[in-house]
Formats: sequence, C-alpha cells, structure tokens
Amino acid sequence: MKYTFPLGAVIVLALIAWLGSQIPGMQYLFGVAVPYLAMALFLGGFCYRVVHWAKSPVPFHIPTTCGQEYSLPWIKQDKLECPVNTSQVVARMFLEIFLFRSLWRNTKAMVYDGPKLTYESSKWLWLFGLLFHYSLLIIIIRHMRLFLNPVPGFLHGLEFADGILQIGAPNLYLTDVTILLALILLFGRRLTNRHVRYISLPNDMFPLFLIFAIASTGIMMRYFFRSEVDIINIKQLALGLVTLHPVIAGKLSPIFYTHLFLVSTLLVYFPFSKLMHMGGIFLSPTRNLANNSRMVRHINPWNDPNIKPHPYSAYEDEFRENMVEMGIPVEKPLPEKTED
Amino acid sequence: MYDSGKIIPGLIIFVLFVTFPVWYNHGDAGAVPKPEMPKNAKKCVLPVAQMRAEHMQLLLDWRDEVLRQGEWGFITIDGKPFQRSLQNACLKCHTSKKKFCDKCHIYAAVNPYCWDCHFARVKK
Repeated sequence: MKYTFPLGAVIVLALIAWLGSQIPGMQYLFGVAVPYLAMALFLGGFCYRVVHWAKSPVPFHIPTTCGQEYSLPWIKQDKLECPVNTSQVVARMFLEIFLFRSLWRNTKAMVYDGPKLTYESSKWLWLFGLLFHYSLLIIIIRHMRLFLNPVPGFLHGLEFADGILQIGAPNLYLTDVTILLALILLFGRRLTNRHVRYISLPNDMFPLFLIFAIASTGIMMRYFFRSEVDIINIKQLALGLVTLHPVIAGKLSPIFYTHLFLVSTLLVYFPFSKLMHMGGIFLSPTRNLANNSRMVRHINPWNDPNIKPHPYSAYEDEFRENMVEMGIPVEKPLPEKTED
Repeated sequence: MYDSGKIIPGLIIFVLFVTFPVWYNHGDAGAVPKPEMPKNAKKCVLPVAQMRAEHMQLLLDWRDEVLRQGEWGFITIDGKPFQRSLQNACLKCHTSKKKFCDKCHIYAAVNPYCWDCHFARVKK
C-alpha cells in the first residue's frame, strides 16, 4: 500500500497531463493556468507555514548538543556541537545547510559476538542526500536559461561544466544522471534497510516517485523523444509566464506538458509536506539556538507577567509556622516567643 | 510572531529569489529569434518541425557515420543528393552561422561544440 498508492498517484497525475494536454484548447490550462496556480500556492503556502512556525513560542533553549559545552578555560569546548554564541551557531547552521553535517550522526546499531553492541555512523543517507540535493539545485539553476533573456554568463559556465563530457546531442548533463542515481539509491535505502522500510510512509515515497517522474520526463524529452520539443517555443512560453504575458506559440509535446504538470504538482505539494524541511532547517530550534542557558536568562515568551517569582525564602516565610508545627525543618527558625 | 526581525527578511529574500526571473526580465520577454532562411532552396533534409527539434541528433549521427564508420556517401532526399556534412551541405544553403545557427542558440543558451573543429565561413 505504501508503495502502490504514491506510485499510482504519480501515474494518474502524469496521465491527466499527458491526455489532458492533447484535448484542443486545454493547452492553456496545462501550460499557463496550472503553473501560475501552483506557483501562487507554493509561495503562499511556504510563507504561511514559516509564519505559522514563527508564531509558536520556544519556551526553552533546546539545542541538540553533542559535544563538550563551554566550561572552564582548560576544558576544550566543542564549538560546532555545542555553540554558545551567534557566530558558532551560524557556523553550525552553515555546515548543516550546505553539507548536511548532522546526517553523519545517522547511526546503525549492530550486535557483534561478545555480545557487543555498537552504533556506527552510517553515511549512506548523507551521501545519497547530498548527491540528490546538489543535483536538484544545479538542475533548477540550469533551468533558468529558459526563464531569463538574455541568459547571464554564469549559466553558460554551468551548462558547460554540467555537459563537460560532451556525450551525445544534446549534451548529456551529469546532473541528469546523478539525480536519477541518487533517487534510486534513496529509494533503495528505504527498501533494503529494514528499520527504514518499517518507518517509511506513503508520504515518504510520493516525493521520491514524483521527482523521479519529473526527472525522467525531462530526460526523455531532452534526449529520446524530441518530436515537438522545440526549445524556442518552450522558452517563449517560459518567458511569457515570468513576464506575465504568457503565449503558447506552437504545438508542444505531451511529454513537455506532463513534465510541467508534475513540476506544478511538486510546487503545490511542497508547502504541505515534509519537503518543507527546506524552510524548516532554518527554523529548527534544536539547531539554531545557542547552548547558553547558563549565561543568558531565557524568558519563556508565554509567561504571564502578573505571576511574580516566588522563591523558597518567600515560601518559607509564608508557611513557617505550619512547617514548624508539622516538624518540617526550616532554614530560618521561628522568632522566639517572648514569654510574658 | 517571534523573531520577526529575522524571519520576515528571510521570507522576503526567499520570495525575491524564487521570483528572480520576473525582476530580471522586467516584463520584457524580448524578441523571438527569427533565423534567416535560405533564398535559393526550399527544402531541407527533413521537414521543418523535425529539423527544429532534432537537427542536433541528425548532425551527430552524420558525424558518427562519416568519421567513425567512413560512410562518406551522399543521401538522396526527393531526388536531390545531400552530402552528410555540416560545411558542405548545411552551410551551403544556410550560408551564415551568425544569421542562422546563432540566432536560436544564443536565445536558448545552447553552445554546441560543432565549431570547436568546424570553421564558420564569413561572407566577404
């Protein structure tokens, strides 16, 4: 079920776009209306989710610390694993966002003879994740050649670097290979690793299948089924969309509409799913807070200002007589009664 | 909302980043390239739509056939012989690289490596 439902959903979505775009008059819907709607939902939903998160108070400083905290001068602090100030937090966040550093803590429990239990760092997830995310980033940046006119210089450089092997025509992009490979590896990990297979849900599978379908339709129309894939018409449509004067100049391949529709689906799905980790990584209090709770008093934002602090000394003042009567030890004895 | 001083600018940067093509083009899509068609010939080796979409694969096939398999012969289309050659066939009719090839290639940011070896003749 957790494989068939998401797979079926992707196939149905692809068929909707494939067949729908062949109905005369529907090209405008699939080429213009759906992408606009998807972009609006993506941006609106993304901002809504982030603002919604920002409204939740963080009652404590809760960074995940996994190193020596700032202490006595002769004890070496682990600045990345237990940051105490903003610059250390920024360094930690930078490595997290760009290198997915915390995935090195993805451990695998193994029992050896003895019996001896070990938790070793299993870096496959980190490796596949890094491969996937950077491939996707380069692919998205590369697509900007269809949205920008004139095309800025650095995109030519990126095109050249990505197609440096000069295999086939049009040039084979390295990232096209690596993104499919990474998706297969990430999916394979969910199948072969028993623990991960058990906790995998349909909403883990759907983005994998969806992005796989997007990448493969893109690859299909670039290298294999080029009929009606006229890049000039496509760029005209893409530029039309971003200049708010969309035109569909000619007949475009159903693969193109399928690709576009699946990308729109991804954009709509994005803010309402686990894909929001893109924004969430910036807002995770276990990462973006400094472990300075012994230096800076953290005031819980939802504290009622009318409730004043009530220390133990005040408590004892309030109840001293009763405490003495019940034989409970007190710090300050009752004032001695003067005998008349 | 907490930390709005950091989160709102962050969101604004994100939205500006995503909508970058809108700001970059300032609502001007620019002219669609019109490659100059040859005056002395009406027919290419394939129909127009197919040429527009698939010419790069055709050229690569020709290169492989000629240079790797040694098939230097002509192909005949509608009784007219064509040599499998960029310079001796394509550029015969499409005389100017600048006015034909480059028009679309620049628009779509395609930089084919044909011209690493081939020489684009400049009309005197």
